[in-house]
Amino acid sequence: MIRYYIKLGLYSIRGNPILSALMVAAIAIGIGACMTVINIDYVMSGNPIPQRSDVLYHVQLDSWDPYDAYTDPDGPPDQVTYMDGTALLAAARGRRQVLSYSSGRVIQPEGDDELPFQASSRSTSADFFAMFDTPFLFGSGWDKSADDNEEYVVVINREINERVFGGENSVGRTLVMNGSPYRVTGVLDDWEPMPKFYDVTTGPFNESEELYFPFSVSIANELSNNGNTSCWKPVDEGGFSAFLASECIWMQFWVELHGEEERQDYLAFLDAYAESQKALGRFPRPLNNRLNNVMDWMIDQQVVEEDVRVLLGLAFLFLIVCLLNTIGLLLAKVMRRAGDISLRRALGASRRAVFGQYIVEAGIIGLAGGLLGVGMTFLGLQGIRILYSELDFMARLVQMDWVMVAAAILLAVVSALGAALYPTWRACGIHPASQLKAL
Amino acid sequence: MLSMQNISKVYRTDTVETHALRQFSLTVDEGEFVSVTGPSGSGKTTFLNIAGLLEGFSSGIYQLDGRDVAGLNDYERSRLRNEKIGFIFQSFNLIPELDIFDNVDVPLRYRGFGSAERRKRIDHVLEMVGLGSRRKHLPSQLSGGQQQRVAIARALAGEPRFLLADEPTGNLDSHMADSVMDLLSEINDNGTTIIMVTHEPNLAMRASRNILVYDGEVSTNDPALHIAAQSA
Repeated sequence: MIRYYIKLGLYSIRGNPILSALMVAAIAIGIGACMTVINIDYVMSGNPIPQRSDVLYHVQLDSWDPYDAYTDPDGPPDQVTYMDGTALLAAARGRRQVLSYSSGRVIQPEGDDELPFQASSRSTSADFFAMFDTPFLFGSGWDKSADDNEEYVVVINREINERVFGGENSVGRTLVMNGSPYRVTGVLDDWEPMPKFYDVTTGPFNESEELYFPFSVSIANELSNNGNTSCWKPVDEGGFSAFLASECIWMQFWVELHGEEERQDYLAFLDAYAESQKALGRFPRPLNNRLNNVMDWMIDQQVVEEDVRVLLGLAFLFLIVCLLNTIGLLLAKVMRRAGDISLRRALGASRRAVFGQYIVEAGIIGLAGGLLGVGMTFLGLQGIRILYSELDFMARLVQMDWVMVAAAILLAVVSALGAALYPTWRACGIHPASQLKAL
Repeated sequence: MLSMQNISKVYRTDTVETHALRQFSLTVDEGEFVSVTGPSGSGKTTFLNIAGLLEGFSSGIYQLDGRDVAGLNDYERSRLRNEKIGFIFQSFNLIPELDIFDNVDVPLRYRGFGSAERRKRIDHVLEMVGLGSRRKHLPSQLSGGQQQRVAIARALAGEPRFLLADEPTGNLDSHMADSVMDLLSEINDNGTTIIMVTHEPNLAMRASRNILVYDGEVSTNDPALHIAAQSA
């Protein structure tokens, strides 16, 4: 019977084109508004590294001010000091661990005519690439000995490779940065985790860096931090080495742990480390060290802003208003077709059959509304892109993938079916004899 | 095979109680052609609606083909209606956006027949009413008489035991009315029981028995008496 109901639904839609178009438009507008915000929320709250998010942990050590917690009510700092970061890295108590910070470099391309240009960079340690599962176009990262020996090696991204080396395999070639030659060990393929989970302090939706090289080299070159730096104690005089010895937090530390037992062991290790630092006069606050996996860390850092959630609620309310309109229109359509329903009942259609017919018709309208709603969503996202064109990261938030396209259509169909329940129930209540004389 | 015993139908509002049928008793045997006449508001259509399971009744016993219909739920009533009863209405009641074939198809769809069976039956009844070549026409492309023939074909497609006709010639001129009556007589001759509500004495006379309904009651079932009364 479903094919018959589909046929009847299409006949009915053709027979009432204006009413049907209004219903499709009402659903499409509601879906468009709703899905625009849902899409942004979806991109913002998506898992940036689903295959590894449960084994990657962000480390927080509470080395902060004894009289004023880093965040209320008693949150530990979201970054670590150089002293603590390097100590944890040297201890190597996780399966893998990464210490990194944001920096910038000036690249001098090959050839006398080429002008130098600035590139974003990340000073990090060898495990970065394996831990974060970065895809390589050519070559690979560096090994731990390069960290230890302060080797001038670099991993570049696809854009830098195309710009400087014309897209060729540049592994083994030399890239001159700030006047120093670095040997290229690998070229990253496209890699834009969304959000940029490994360092949300510089903006969770900013692009990944263009260059990656050992932080030991950065430290040796006194390369300053481009990200956030927070200090609760004044830094002693003595330049960069004093800064490294300070209580300023500016580096991100991640560790790879498999399973709850490893997590508990590592937490115990952190507490023991904090106790050892307390003995040295540091870590004046009570023990408050934390390990968050990727998604918990995104929640902790409120990567999805509250405004988006409020907008999401408003968008759903708007969808409900559109659906109320659709209910009214469906009701009008059903009442107009009371004679048809009455006749079908007289010819043997049960209430169940009438319900099936009208719910399928609503499903068709919902499907059409969903398809149009996808277009509306696309327009909505483009509108947001234009409205916030000054925000670089916005372009990355207004993308729509197939999951969202399917979700828009599904939401539209489910909404239409929900909206159709009352009118269809009314249709089922039409008495078989009530309209036959009036037809 | 159609037996009503003391059927009453009362419409109630907060202030008014209207008796559409009072102690209405009637038995129609297989193969009969019964005409039902009576003045407007006498309860003819109410009787036909109850007989066709389109309406319930307030009290009494109604057995259709030996089955007491009082306790049937909506699905069972719909099923019984679809299988046992064919309807012919005064204003044809064809679905305007469906072509002739699809109009005749409607009750067969609810019967659950497969497509080959439905096609066979539709072709047969359309040939029978002389519209075999019009199956792709829309109702609006046919004359009133032809539309009523389509309605008859639709009523017959499910091979019902009863044909209930409510003023089947009311919207037709006399020539077309005669033609439709000839068709109904032919259908009755083939064994289908027909109950026809009409205002017209000359059409009522073509039935094998006439029932006069007055004030919701069966006034008489003597055709000679009734027709004579009408003529006077």
